[in-house]
Amino acid sequence: MAYSTKVIDHYSNPRNIGTLDKSDPSVGTGLVGAPECGDVMRLQIKVNDETGMIEDARFKTFGCGSAIASSSLATEWLKGKGVDEALTIDNMDIVEELALPPVKIHCSVLAEDAIRSAINDYRVKKGLEPLADKKRY
Amino acid sequence: MVKLPIYLDNNATTPVDPRVLEAMLPYFTEHFGNAASRNHSFGWKAEEAVDYAREQIARLVGCADKEIIFTSGATESNNLAIKGVYEMYAQKGNHFITVTTEHKAILDTCKHIEKLGAEITYLEPDTDGLISLKELENAITDKTVMISVMYGNNEVGVIQPIKEISDIARKNGILFHTDATQAIGKIPVDVDKDGIDLMSFSAHKMYGPKGVGALYVRRKNPRVKVTAQMDGGGHERGMRSGTLNVPGIVGFGKACEIAQNEMTGEAARLSALRDKLERALMHMEEVYINGNRENRLPHVTNMSFKYVEGEGLIMGIKDLAVSSGSACTSASLEPSYVLKSLGLNDDLAHSSIRFGLGRFTTEEEIDFAIEHVKEAVTKLREMSPLWEMFKEGIDLDKIVWQAH
Ligand SMILES: Cc1ncc(COP(=O)(O)O)c(C=O)c1O
Ligand code: FES
Repeated sequence: MAYSTKVIDHYSNPRNIGTLDKSDPSVGTGLVGAPECGDVMRLQIKVNDETGMIEDARFKTFGCGSAIASSSLATEWLKGKGVDEALTIDNMDIVEELALPPVKIHCSVLAEDAIRSAINDYRVKKGLEPLADKKRY
Repeated sequence: MVKLPIYLDNNATTPVDPRVLEAMLPYFTEHFGNAASRNHSFGWKAEEAVDYAREQIARLVGCADKEIIFTSGATESNNLAIKGVYEMYAQKGNHFITVTTEHKAILDTCKHIEKLGAEITYLEPDTDGLISLKELENAITDKTVMISVMYGNNEVGVIQPIKEISDIARKNGILFHTDATQAIGKIPVDVDKDGIDLMSFSAHKMYGPKGVGALYVRRKNPRVKVTAQMDGGGHERGMRSGTLNVPGIVGFGKACEIAQNEMTGEAARLSALRDKLERALMHMEEVYINGNRENRLPHVTNMSFKYVEGEGLIMGIKDLAVSSGSACTSASLEPSYVLKSLGLNDDLAHSSIRFGLGRFTTEEEIDFAIEHVKEAVTKLREMSPLWEMFKEGIDLDKIVWQAH
């Protein structure tokens, strides 16, 4: 199976790999997936408390090329967005942008879950209610 | 400079040796006859070529030429051996013993006869891939007709104790079949010394063409028979009908002759290169070799690069043609059942790569592969959250993962 040029680009030159300080109150961390399933994604956002804008986003991913590309793309899209706006990122937008084939859709779902999970972590730190899980099945 | 990409998937298939191709060519055009045509020289010429190939093949495995039944490959040979024995020996019993690490051509055929009324015992190998002879003996019942255990494994290369297994079969009056597809031409196999009654093998794993293989069926002590699975003109002593693939068979024969002459030197050369590859990659942290290292085919290694996912790694080593035990692309998302049978955790199975060296693999290629793999593993580990946690001393088994 051939990969799309965009997947190859993100895989070869991943954007925003790295780690933010988990204990920083303005950082939200999402860790999703499981090693047994062959994919684990960690996505972090740093939010400007005054403006509510995402100033920085970082990821690390254990997974296939499509999973790496999905998380790399997610960090690009997150930067500069407001927290609420970030929640509108849909996994199908990622599928479309990266031209992922059907068997790789779950890699993009993982990225969406990671975004949600990072935002929830930030919300809880700020004393807000976590968002309810989005049902998919 | 080495030519890219480098082929290191010789357990999946091998290129045809130019000497094999050369032997085959005249049988497409000039000597195109049907080996079953008895009335003219075209047929005789083809039959002569088939007879000669049968001898070349028989010589490699130490059997009589009449004991070789040509098929379309090892998948068909396995089907014929299991279904054919199941039908032929129905009076004697319906119980078969095999192993969970067999090729799908064995496992799915066993599932098929299970539906027809067969009882199958699937032995579980230990963590290095070898079966327990004690468990094998305990599995035998008075209804057991055949034991089928592969010679060398296609994913990890582990070689089973064939002689010991066949002794047990013989002592109990049970037939012994082995899928020797990965072993023939790579290590010495002798049906008499090894006590084999039926044996499947295939030309395309030993520098012959695809679509041709053989089933060895013992004719003496005991005389073994299988019920044909293909009805027709009664070719191959009635066990496998169908016009013979003459050019393919000629190539198969030539491939066996070459293997016989060159096996010793080739095995030594390839195991030295394989060991070099392993040694260099083991210099990295958290790299594991899967399967028994002593009883192993000379040209293959299966390694897990912990904290890196196999499919992601394969994408990173795009100049190498290898395969992974990670099956993230398959609909099931299940990693290799062979590695799981060895008791490998799913995470290590997801991190595995099989390197299969072959006759045309050079030392320069292995040197290139070493650097390429090291670079990719390092890069991917820098991207891996699991590697970071491991480095921080976090016990990954204690984390509650959000499996999806
Ligand atoms: C151990 C084993 N058995 C059987 C087969 C199937 O062989 P063929 O491709 O000739 O049908 C293979 C190859 O994939 C194999 O490795
Ligand atoms: S991470 Fe499993 S296929 Fe992408």
